[in-house]
Amino acid sequence: MPQPPDLEGQTTDLHIAFPANPAVIRDTLLRILAVPPLSGLSAEARGNAELVLAEVLNNVAEHAYPERAGPVSILLRRVDDGVCCQIVDRGLAMPGNRLPEGELPDRLNLALDDLPEGGFGWHLIRSLTCDLIYVRSHEENRLSFRLPDDG
Amino acid sequence: MQLQTQTRPKVISVSVLEDRIDAATAIQFKEKMRDATKDSPARVVLDLARVQFLDSSGLGAIVAVKKLLGPDRMLELSGLTPTVEKVFRLTRMDSIFTIHPSLEVAVSHAATA
Repeated sequence: MPQPPDLEGQTTDLHIAFPANPAVIRDTLLRILAVPPLSGLSAEARGNAELVLAEVLNNVAEHAYPERAGPVSILLRRVDDGVCCQIVDRGLAMPGNRLPEGELPDRLNLALDDLPEGGFGWHLIRSLTCDLIYVRSHEENRLSFRLPDDG
Repeated sequence: MQLQTQTRPKVISVSVLEDRIDAATAIQFKEKMRDATKDSPARVVLDLARVQFLDSSGLGAIVAVKKLLGPDRMLELSGLTPTVEKVFRLTRMDSIFTIHPSLEVAVSHAATA
């Protein structure tokens, strides 16, 4: 059973790696939120950070590593106006080597059967981050963004 | 994933007794909701007052439950915490559900309807 990383004594920038497995992701997220730099954010910004990181990491688990849980790393750095994040994995590339648009359907007065059950993730990520950049190189996916601290 | 169900003459309420509905629990949530609402009356109130975290998988599961209930039954929501409310608002899914401030309000509303 893969174990989440030990974050005792965490004080400044955070750089950790762990297997992209749903249970480990959930446990690691809860630990990351409790230590700097995310613990220094407002309650609202921390809630946004939890949601964005959960969406990004679960996408890695589901789409980059569909067969087995591979390694993912997170680098978090406090800046004046928030926290800069970089998330790196060595799994499959994004389709077309670019980020999904995450567009919602134009109209939501759809027939019951046509209501979307997915595709919300990238919309949420795009809504709650700034400076979102995706680079595919050297067989790595490298996603970076800033979580604004405007709470 | 623990759900608490209360059946009344015209409405059934289901309270989620967990603090998260996320990628790790969304499928289980959907299955338990399917069981809890089998042969339910026309109105189903899903109380989310205990839920502090909902991600896109959890949201997708709630929409899936609405679809499972079909056109003749209504899924209503109550007790959205601030972060959960934000997920519904940002994805505009707040527009496809009737959302009550609390389970008590939802049930009294159902009783007089």
